[in-house]
Parts: sequence; C-alpha cells; structure tokens
Amino acid sequence: MSQNIAQITAPTMAPAVAPHAHGGGAVSRTMHLVQLALVPATLYGFWLYGWPAIILWALTVGFCLMWEGLSLRLSGQPAKRHLLDGSAVLTGWLLALTLPPWAPWWVALIGSFIAIVFAKQMFGGLGQNVFNPAMVARVALLVSFPVPLTLWVAPLPLFSAGAPGFLDSLHVILGAAPIPDAVTSASLLGYTKTELSRGVDLLHSLGAAHGGTVVSWIGNRAGSLGESASLLIALGGLAMLWLRVISWHVPVAMLLGVVIPAAIGHSVNPVRYLDVASHLLSGGVMLGAFFIATDYVTSPSTGPGKLIFGAGVGFMTYVIRTWGGYPEGVAFAVLLMNTLSPVIDRFTPPRILGRDRRGRPLEIKS
Amino acid sequence: MAFLDLFKSHWGVHPQDHKRPAADVPVRRLPLSSRLTIPLSQHVGASARPRVLVGQKVLKGECLAEAQGNISAPIHAPTSGTVVAIGEITAPHPSGLPMLAVTLEPDGEDRWTEPDVLTDPFSESPQAVAKKVAEAGVVGLGGATFPSAVKLALGLRSKVDTLIINGSECEPYLSCDDRLMRDRAADILSGVRLMLHTTGAREARVGIEDNKPEAIKAMFDAARGFGQIRIMPVPARYPMGSDRQLIVELTGREVPSDSRAADVGVLVNNVGTAHAVHQAVMLGRPLVSRLMTLNGGAMAYPGNYEVPIGTLVSDFVELSGGFSAAPARLIMGGPMMGNVLPHARVPVVKGTAGILAFTAAEVEEVESRHCIRCGTCIRACPMGLMPLEMAAHIRADRLEDAAKLGLTDCIACGCCAYVCPSRIPLVQYFYHAKGELSARERSKLRQEATRKMAAQRQDRLDREAREKAEIAAKRKAEREAAKAAAAKQPGAGVEA
Repeated sequence: MSQNIAQITAPTMAPAVAPHAHGGGAVSRTMHLVQLALVPATLYGFWLYGWPAIILWALTVGFCLMWEGLSLRLSGQPAKRHLLDGSAVLTGWLLALTLPPWAPWWVALIGSFIAIVFAKQMFGGLGQNVFNPAMVARVALLVSFPVPLTLWVAPLPLFSAGAPGFLDSLHVILGAAPIPDAVTSASLLGYTKTELSRGVDLLHSLGAAHGGTVVSWIGNRAGSLGESASLLIALGGLAMLWLRVISWHVPVAMLLGVVIPAAIGHSVNPVRYLDVASHLLSGGVMLGAFFIATDYVTSPSTGPGKLIFGAGVGFMTYVIRTWGGYPEGVAFAVLLMNTLSPVIDRFTPPRILGRDRRGRPLEIKS
Repeated sequence: MAFLDLFKSHWGVHPQDHKRPAADVPVRRLPLSSRLTIPLSQHVGASARPRVLVGQKVLKGECLAEAQGNISAPIHAPTSGTVVAIGEITAPHPSGLPMLAVTLEPDGEDRWTEPDVLTDPFSESPQAVAKKVAEAGVVGLGGATFPSAVKLALGLRSKVDTLIINGSECEPYLSCDDRLMRDRAADILSGVRLMLHTTGAREARVGIEDNKPEAIKAMFDAARGFGQIRIMPVPARYPMGSDRQLIVELTGREVPSDSRAADVGVLVNNVGTAHAVHQAVMLGRPLVSRLMTLNGGAMAYPGNYEVPIGTLVSDFVELSGGFSAAPARLIMGGPMMGNVLPHARVPVVKGTAGILAFTAAEVEEVESRHCIRCGTCIRACPMGLMPLEMAAHIRADRLEDAAKLGLTDCIACGCCAYVCPSRIPLVQYFYHAKGELSARERSKLRQEATRKMAAQRQDRLDREAREKAEIAAKRKAEREAAKAAAAKQPGAGVEA
C-alpha cells in the first residue's frame, strides 16, 4: 500500500477547486419536472380536442428539437449534450399549449423556428435570451397570421360522435381538409371583445352565447390547450411550487395583478368589465402565471424583483385585454415585462450581510 | 410547518453530512512516523524564524522556530529527536509551491520538555495568560489559523462582551470538533474560561449544530456550574460555522462589512482552539498535535486521529491502514472549502482538520453548462450576494462591476457552486476575480509610486536647474556689477 500512496502525485490529481461536493440539481432535471407538471393539462387538452391537437403538439415539439439541433450544429456547439437538456422540448410544448388546437402544420413549423432560432439561439442559446421564446413565437404568429391563430374550435372529445379520427385529423392539420364550420367557435375573450366593440354589453353578449354561465370551470369551451385546462395548469403549477422548481412570487403577484383590477372594474361596472373568474380562467393567465412568467431566464432573479415582474405582467394583461386591440394580452404583457427584467434585477438585489440596502457598510450602534 | 417553509427563505445549503460512522469511532493515536516535516508558516502572518541548527537534538515541545513580527506564532517540536534538515518542502496547497520547513527525525522516546505551567492563571493578569498562549504557538484551529494570542489581546482592547465558541463544524465529513467535544468537554470549557479571563468578556456562547447530539450533551454536562458559559444548539446548515453567520445566529448582531467581529463586541474562537489554550496554560503544553478526521470513500479506516503536526499525509494514511480504493482526489479540509493536495507527500499543519480521499465515483466530473438564471445561487448565498450576476460580469472581464455587486464580501463558502444546476464553478470565478483585482490594485499602487518618484525627480532636476540658473545669474550680476564698478572707477576721478 505504501507504494500506492507515494505514487499519488500531481498527474493523477487534477487541479480542482472547492466545493468538492454537489447538491445534485441539474438543468435537465428542472426542465423535466416542468414538463411533468404540464402532463395533466396536456392530456386533458388532448382528450378535449382530439387527434388534431395531439398531432399539432407533436409537430411543434418535434420542429423545436429540429431547429435547436440545427442551430447547435451550425454554431459549432455539442448538439448531443445540449439538445437533450429539455429546454427545446419545453419551449415547443409551451408554444403548442397556446396555439389553436387545430392549427395547420406550418404554424407549428414557423412558430418553432421563431421561438428557437430567432428568440433563443440568435441571442446565444439557453440562458442568454431576453424574451420568452414561446411568447415571441406566439406574438409573431398572431400578428402575421391572424386568421389561423384565432380560429378556435369547440371541444370535440376523443372518441365522441363527430370527433375526427387520426387520418381525418392529419388531413386537417396538413390543410388538406378545411375545419368544419360547425366546429369553429370563438374564445370567450375574443367573443366578448368583438361584442363590446359592436356595442353589445357583457350582460347581453354572455347571456346570449353562453347560456348565462360566464365561464366553464372544467374548461369545456373553445380555447387553446393551456386555456381550457386552467385548473389543471394551476395544479401543475402548485406541484412545481411544492417541489421548489418555482417560487411563489411570480404566480401570486401575477394573479393579483389581474384579480385586483378585474375585481375593481367588475364591481364598478359589470356591464363593461368582465368578472374575476372569467379573467383568471380564460386565455393564458394560469399558464402565464405558473409556466411562462416564471421562466428563469427572462424574469428577475430575486424575490422582490419577481413580485414587481409578476404584478407587472398581471396588470399589463388586464390593461391589454380591457382596453387594447387584442382580446388576450398575456403574451404581450410577458414580452413587455421581459424588457424590464434586467432593470428590475439591478434595482432589487438582496441586502448583503453587513451592509445596508444601498450597499454601504452598516453603522455600529454604540 | 412544511407549507410555510415554501414562503421562507434561508441562506445556506443542507449537504449530506457524511460525518458518521467516522464520528462515532473512538479517537485513535497515530504511531510516530519515521520523519516529521514541520513548516515554519502554519498561521496567518509572518512565518516563524528557526532557532535550531541541523544536527541539534530537541525534546518534545521545544521551540523550533520563534515568532517574528506582531502577527506570528512559534513552532514547536512534535516529538523528541534530531533536526536533520531545514529547507524547502512542498506546501500542502494546490499550488504545490515550496515553503520552509524543519525536518525532524524522531528518536522514538517522545520525551517532553519540562512543562512551564501557570499554577493559578485566574489570578494572573490577562496579558500574562495571553503571553502563555502566544508562547505555546496556539492559532485558530477552525481553519483560519490566526494567532490566538493576538486575537485575545484584540478582544481585551476592544472590550468585547461576548465570546463565541464555534463548535458548529458545518463542513460535511469532518468530525474532529465533534469528537473533541464528546471526549474532552471539560478541557474545552477550561479553555473557554481562560479565554473569558483573557478577553474580559462577560459570557461565552458555544454554538453546536444539532446534528451532534452527543457533543451537545457532553458540553451541557460539563458546562453545568459555569453560569457565564451557555451551550446553544444551532440548526445544522452550511456554513453555520462561518463567523458572521454564527454571530447573527447566536447574538443577533451583524458585523458591518468593513469591521471586525470585535467591533460589535464579539470574538469567535473554535472549540479546538479553546482546547489548545487549556493545554497551553494549564498543562504548559504547546500546540504540537491535534485531532484530525480521516474520511472519504477511499479511506480504509475512517475516523479521528491524534496526529503530530508535520506528519506527512502519506504517512498519516499509511499508519491509519491505507486506502481501501484508489483515491481520485485528495483533499485537506472539508469538501466544501478544502484544498486539493498536489500529492500525498505534504505535511499536515495546525490548521488541518482532516484529510479526505474521494473515489472517482464521489467526485464525478460534470462539465458545466450555460447559466439559466434560476437564482438558486442567490437563495443559497449566506452573504446575500448575487453569484450569477457577479459571474456574468467576471466572464466579460468587468471585474470592477463584479466588485460593486459585493465580490469582496464573498466568503468562498461554495454554497452557490454546490447548488448550481449548471455546475458552473462559481467559486473559481470569484477566486480568479479577487486575485486579479488585487494584482491590478498592486500594480496600480506601483505605477502611482513610480509616477510619484518620477515627478519628484523631475521636480528635483527642475529645482537644481533653477538654482543653478539663479546662481549663474547672481554671479553674472556680480560680475557685471564689478565690471561696472571697475569702469566707473576711473570716471569717478574725472567727475570729481
């Protein structure tokens, strides 16, 4: 053994700096946990909108992986190592949840290109992007192709009468067959906005179209996958909170940012302003609060910063929904607040031990 | 309440402590190795000056090298024997740079010098007790190795009111302080009382992490009857043993970033240091050996050992029973802040709390990835820094910006790198930036000094030239005056 011991010399001892232990966390683990949290809502959406939704989801995720791999190869990075870190899959997944479930294939192709190539890789790849890739893609698609991006369908659950089979669905997604008119429907936010602009107030428009029920709590209505399954999205979000994948700051602040103005508006003038539940369960509020605005890369990194950021996203969402030109504002609100993230980070650092909030050494109390 | 914990934020991390079974094994005494290599610089401050000659026979505890300067500590012979060399050896540091050391060949008798004991230290002046501590070469055994007598004198000068005794031992794998508290609680408390006497502090608070119930019980039992000593269990959380964090935990006081603990009336000492003070003052024994933990998956007999200072790591491991597996990494200290050793033929020193040998499986190398700004490092940082922002600045070579974010407040505890899911070697970034900044600072000072000297020289040259010109002008004036006078002389007669 003594030989053995004496032989332990420099070459075998690679220089390494402390710590020599690690907590075991990994980027891919985080990404996979987030994806796991999305599973219930996604499966429910699949059931609700049938094969077209499944195909669109698979295409979006697949295209994202493709663009990611291509970008990594072109930029000379080890594609194998980065491709499977889960970030591209997650971007595609989130984007798919915000699209009309029966959108054609090229929406997935272009959307994933914008998300991965423009919004992520052009900024330098994972961790370097300023804007949330899925939201950039969603907004770019919406302003470029308003028609397919606002063509919502009423739920037509798998295996129910009239639901398209796999091959029919493939035709729909490939654009070979048109979406039957009977199936198309407007989302709640889109519908009320149109009616309001026509001068029909909420009492009449909602009463007429939705049989009095303002909002379907089980998501049985037209919308994206992430919209219809709002409660399952929230459940997944709570699971992430429990596993400490995200902290409470952004979801709480963002929901309050929507709830407070909505409550005030609705109580002042229920004819003009939607109620709180409709705001919370429609559009991308839940998805935004738990999965989009919580994106590490594009949101501030300290607690107070996250509160400001979340509240900003929530409030901007309400403002855009209520007074803006578009019925839904989560994506715009997220992008707007993304631009502020670095500034928020700069002004909300934690207090350093032994220093005051401004970074000056503490005074000694005598 | 687990639910409420979601809304709380705590600094620090909870690494698996790996302290047992090593901590539960009774202390073993290491047999003498055939040669001891005792470095002359085992403390913060000036290195000691040798006062023995090659060939000289020394007794155990005899002074080999004396302190020089205000901040320094003497070095003593860990056993009786012959000085065979005084020269450079490899330092127990990743750099593997050379350092001066006395090499001693033991005679096997392990014979002590006559102990010089203070019979009643509590009737002596604090200065006399501190002098005794200084003569025994006691330094901070928690790892900082600051000369203890200097610290105690600072405490007395600053009129500290509270002495904090650090028994938290928050580094995983290490258990020498745990073992010391279990086995020699009475001696530690005797040392604490001596420290109270030396600093004039009113009370002592002993902080022990609650993952060491046996040590807490032993210390509680031993402290009974000493009203001014309080044993205070603290939550096991790394880095609880860091001075500033422990001070907040035990006293609620926060040390300003530009001040020392003594400025807020507190002095922190390790339990091992208290034990060494007891040995120095009550038994007249200088610091020549200490408890060290041998641990890690590659060690055949993990546990705590009483090891003479200057024992080579290779001898230490071999005498303990060798390795059980091929070590991939050899570390002096704990896994969170310890140093990688360049090889095993380096001596253990006063500040060595343990030697860890990790197998390849324990130190799996994972390549680092991009920062995803998850902010986990911010939550883990016990100092309230933003490691990810500082690292981003350092990557772009904006070191001043990193400094503005509090780089100088970083204690290099390693929490950030421990939790980083992208495995970014953050501590390495910070070491690099601190080193680079201080190098720049030094070169700036040097440049300023050069500029000042050049300006002074120019001033002097100008002055000399001016003086020369003045003198020349004066001479010229005199000459001309004389000439004029000479020219006037004959004329004067004419006029007259």
